Amino acid sequence: MKSQPNVVSRIGHGVIDSIWRLGSAARFLGQVLWRSGLSWRRFQLIMNEVYASGVLSLIIIVVSGLFVGMVLGLQGYQTLQTYGTEQSLGVLVALSLVRELGPVVAALLFASRAGSAITAEVGLMKTTEQLKAMEMMAVDPIARVIAPRFWAGVISMPLLAAIFSIVGVFGGYLVGVVLIGVDDGAFWSQMQAAVDVRNDVLNGVIKSVVFGFAITTIALFEGYDAMPTAEGISRATTRTVVTSSLAILALDFVLTAFMFKGI
Amino acid sequence: MERAKLDFWVGLFVLAGFAALLGLALKVGNMSSFSSAPTYNVQADFNNIGSLKVRAPIKSAGVVVGRVSAIRFDNQNFEATVTLTLDGQYQFPKDTSAAIMTSGLLGEQFVALDAGGDVKNLATGDKIKITQSAVVLENLISQFLYNKASDAPKTDAAQTPTQGTQP
Amino acid sequence: MSSLFTRIFIVSADNLIEINNVSFAYGSRAILKGINLVAPRGKVIAIMGGSGSGKTTLLRLIGGQLRPTHGEVRVDGQVIHQLSNDALYKIRRKMGMLFQFGALFTDMSVFDNVAFQMREHTDLSEELIHDLVLMKLHAVGLRGAHDLMPYELSGGMARRVALARAVALDPQLIMYDEPFTGLDPISLDVIGNLIRRMTDALGLTSILVTHDIHKSLNIADYVYFISDGMVEAEGTPDEIRASTLPFVHQFIHAEENGPVPFHYPAPDYAVDLGVAR
Repeated sequence: MKSQPNVVSRIGHGVIDSIWRLGSAARFLGQVLWRSGLSWRRFQLIMNEVYASGVLSLIIIVVSGLFVGMVLGLQGYQTLQTYGTEQSLGVLVALSLVRELGPVVAALLFASRAGSAITAEVGLMKTTEQLKAMEMMAVDPIARVIAPRFWAGVISMPLLAAIFSIVGVFGGYLVGVVLIGVDDGAFWSQMQAAVDVRNDVLNGVIKSVVFGFAITTIALFEGYDAMPTAEGISRATTRTVVTSSLAILALDFVLTAFMFKGI
Repeated sequence: MERAKLDFWVGLFVLAGFAALLGLALKVGNMSSFSSAPTYNVQADFNNIGSLKVRAPIKSAGVVVGRVSAIRFDNQNFEATVTLTLDGQYQFPKDTSAAIMTSGLLGEQFVALDAGGDVKNLATGDKIKITQSAVVLENLISQFLYNKASDAPKTDAAQTPTQGTQP
Repeated sequence: MSSLFTRIFIVSADNLIEINNVSFAYGSRAILKGINLVAPRGKVIAIMGGSGSGKTTLLRLIGGQLRPTHGEVRVDGQVIHQLSNDALYKIRRKMGMLFQFGALFTDMSVFDNVAFQMREHTDLSEELIHDLVLMKLHAVGLRGAHDLMPYELSGGMARRVALARAVALDPQLIMYDEPFTGLDPISLDVIGNLIRRMTDALGLTSILVTHDIHKSLNIADYVYFISDGMVEAEGTPDEIRASTLPFVHQFIHAEENGPVPFHYPAPDYAVDLGVAR
């Protein structure tokens, strides 16, 4: 039996391993960007993947957005009415969604719906030697398989986040105005006075683009780097969801600190 | 899946996404910062701006007529110079006064314009002469306490004696 | 060329593949230790050896997916590992490869799999591609299956589709990586005969990596035995059958013990069990 390595050396190995992985992920991203020409020349390749990751994520995004908005309406009303400011419900719902919940929750859902699918798909292609076969057919798998999926994710993510936000606002409206009876005019006008297109809406879009970048990079890298066994794919898929969720939350903090520091 | 069908769904998705973005911009947000309507800038000096922020609304008679576009400290006369960006469709007389007010008791601060009676209107680069600073709650309270103290004879309650550090 | 003539191996100057003293190691783990091997045009060359003997690595070296640590691999006169990326991709268009389990693209139909390279590398019209694909599929007897998806195919059918895909652009060389693994005897025979037929009909050169000894002795022109990263024996099928080399003998007769031991290297049994010291 092998001697148990001590904690310090285990942590050290872990750190070195993560730095190594970060480095190869960065190199991978560079390769993907460098060899993206083909997928933009043959836009159909990207279209197919937008369908797979964007259109197929639509239902979960719409349903979750509606419920998150409804919960915000309900909870927000409970809190605001104790201060007699339930008129600001629209502001609360809209700002929470546009600035934070829209991009972040949509990204988390995207990571677990589309990100895991991408990892499993690419991992399977690697395991069954489809990527190697492609290489032997003188077709670059990074340009043909990886890059279209990457750009499809980057395109889909902000659209999904926007749909999430708008459906969420509608959900808040349903609960706040239709169900509870907050004044319709106040709900919209206060919202419109408080939500700024550049500071709030645009920043939310920027956030979701960054998240889309991060999720697809992680998902593709994990798939491409997966051990070519069934167990390897399942582990890579799990890692995709965990890593990209953490990355979304960490990036969200950094971006928020940058964007809203003066406000 | 058939290619035409796939393209249709992708097109629909992209359309829905852009519609949502547009909805966020128009229905949820206000397009003011993107509107190309002409604006003009005037300045106003305040002794104290309280917690006025850039992009705070400027209201006249309760209607939003513009936004604060810059705040800086004037090192010459030690006052805050606030740049007010006003919507071109609203014109104000030259002797309009500006005051920093608070919406509600603890709400955000905004600049309130009170129109004067001059025949000439404010134009870009003009300065609003009559200004009223923000009410600072701490000053208000200490003033109140000070008055109370001077009302009540022979009590030092209001004045907290500072610890002298005499050698 | 008559069938008999092609089955007689003649040393020819016109070798499509020449492997000269090639070594390869993953880090410190040596896989190949000085291999010499030639593949003349129009022949079926079988490379045999036990699992993990470095056969697949050899194919990867020919395809330029790996670089040899020592020596050189020449394909059509060009040293593979000295080629630029573009030149490598160009020469790969002259190669086809049949992977162990076919490696069909799972998200495409049989038709699209075979059409893949034509669409990627040529400007042929869709009608022409349609005809070409059906011809290739007809050659492997699966013209009727062109609408199916890979998951609807049996193992043998998938292998045949992969073969049709490998010859899609009429390559000069086809490499087969364990084409017989996991096939029933009938499918195995079909694939074996197809390999021979394709080679003769299209004037290809085939490199067949396998450990199925009897099938490959039937269809190959020349056989190399690889063990532990070295060429252990070589010769025509008849020479191999008559070989007295203990390694070849063990392999052909599938004996459990011989030069290739049944036991993984281990300390003495009794010592391990603690009965002896």
